[in-house]
Amino acid sequence: MSSLAYTVSDTMVLAKRNLLRIPRAPDLLISFTLQPIMFVVLFVYVFGGAIETPGFDDYVDFLMPGIIVQTISFGGFVTALGLAEDLKKGLVDRFRSLPMARSAVLSGRTLADVGTNTVSLAIMIAVGLLVGFTFDASVFEIVAGLGLMLLFGYAFSWIFAFFALTASSAEAAQAIGFMAIFPLSFISSAFVPVESMPAALEWFAEVNPFTTVVDAMRSLWVDTPAGNDIWAAVLWCVGLIAVFAPLSVARYRRAVSR
Amino acid sequence: MSEPAIEVNQLRKSYGDVKALCGVDLAAAPGTVLGLLGPNGAGKTTAVRILTTLLPPDGGTARVTGLDVVKDAAKLRAQIGLAGQYAAVDENLTGHENLEMVGRLYHLGKAESRRRADELLERFALTDAARRLVRTYSGGMRRRLDLAAALVARPPVIFLDEPTTGLDPRSRLQLWETIEDRVAAGTTVLLTTQYLDEADRLADKIAVIDHGTVIAEGTSDELKDRVGGERLEVTLADENQAGTALEALAAIASGEPPTCKQDLLSLPMRRDGGGIAVAVRRLDMAGVGIADIAVHRPTLDDVFIALTGHVAEHENGDQAEGGEPADERTAERETERVA
Repeated sequence: MSSLAYTVSDTMVLAKRNLLRIPRAPDLLISFTLQPIMFVVLFVYVFGGAIETPGFDDYVDFLMPGIIVQTISFGGFVTALGLAEDLKKGLVDRFRSLPMARSAVLSGRTLADVGTNTVSLAIMIAVGLLVGFTFDASVFEIVAGLGLMLLFGYAFSWIFAFFALTASSAEAAQAIGFMAIFPLSFISSAFVPVESMPAALEWFAEVNPFTTVVDAMRSLWVDTPAGNDIWAAVLWCVGLIAVFAPLSVARYRRAVSR
Repeated sequence: MSEPAIEVNQLRKSYGDVKALCGVDLAAAPGTVLGLLGPNGAGKTTAVRILTTLLPPDGGTARVTGLDVVKDAAKLRAQIGLAGQYAAVDENLTGHENLEMVGRLYHLGKAESRRRADELLERFALTDAARRLVRTYSGGMRRRLDLAAALVARPPVIFLDEPTTGLDPRSRLQLWETIEDRVAAGTTVLLTTQYLDEADRLADKIAVIDHGTVIAEGTSDELKDRVGGERLEVTLADENQAGTALEALAAIASGEPPTCKQDLLSLPMRRDGGGIAVAVRRLDMAGVGIADIAVHRPTLDDVFIALTGHVAEHENGDQAEGGEPADERTAERETERVA
């Protein structure tokens, strides 16, 4: 086999290993899906009545694409925690002593986390439908939206892989992640229309890639005007992967677990 | 002799200001066990990490099966197996899945990886637990699985970093037997340990390492000879007979000065003196009454104390004094035994 074929097969072997974990230790996935469900309830029933969303009959239709984008970005935590655990338990040492592709530990991890994100995406849509969300989209648009979310989640898996390999501990990686995602997801069009924000924040929200991705999701799922958002969102995702995947692999090569 | 399986020359490694290895030389012939003995923080794990390509050295060279750990790292990884201090197995996989995964990552192919997993699980008495998640395994079972993982690709050289630390005596014995079994089949083993009895039992050659330097090297017997050979210890029925007893034993004494504390007589013996049987006969002939008689063989603990001036279990930072001069070793040993 060629080295590329080995890279692919090593990635698959490790992705399978990581996927097997989901049903066997479901606590991680549950904790990362319960929180967004609480957010949905909070925003729909507590804040929702007070938030003006011109052009939307129902706040839930405005909210769901936004909260799903935030949930998927937080899915990167699963990547970071999994990697940090493998480093701590010495599994990464074992992998690095094997004649396998160096990048497979990361590519196998991020690939498996597409699976994790698929599960949380399914749960979020089910919860959305339960609280009254309705698609205004063709089947193709719905599927395109799912694809965009998985691509977006894949990008965040690589970003968080980099955090996990750079930070001194899983806790530190988590803290860095929160610090990055909280402002990015809240100062965006995810929860409120950006026009309602003070000028400086509105400017930040307009250039924030979260807004681009959220607007792309709205145009796909609830039929708002698309503009260039969909292509811009795809470009953002591809760009983030192109930056953070090689950075993470370089980091991994030097990572010394103790 | 054929080319050494492990050959290390002047290996150096620092972490910032901390010198982990300062010029270490090691060699192991194929099919032998090299024991790396030293306290925590002596540099044992650093040496293993360099030899298994996990860490680049700052200086010096290291070759395993003739392959350089830096230049030929990728090729070398197919020739080695590593079992670490912390059993590096996946908790959320079964024993079988763990070994199959490792086989796949050694690129043995799916069918061969499965066959090999079955075979190893049986050899390590884990067949009954093969389909159970590893998180339900006991500590001893995990270590066995970890060792099995190191053997999946039948590597000619395996590295065991403190393989029995924290194990109960029975699991320890089982693991020792398995290692001996592998060595009998021709595998070369580098073993680090802080347990002297482990090095004594398993290692053909022992390198004592402290502060990143090899401070002594040799077989277990050679190292023991360095702190003096066997000592005869006689408890006299009548302490006034000490002089008579020393005279009677002169022919089997090594010539080093004996010590005498009240009724306890302790004297170094010659190797060819005939041992305890001759001693008893001679004392009897001289009419010396014996309350108790025994031969004290130096243990590797004695060796370690004599060489480093501290007991093996100490953390590295606990002691500052250097090694003791040779002529103080005997006295040193006596006091340490009391303590």
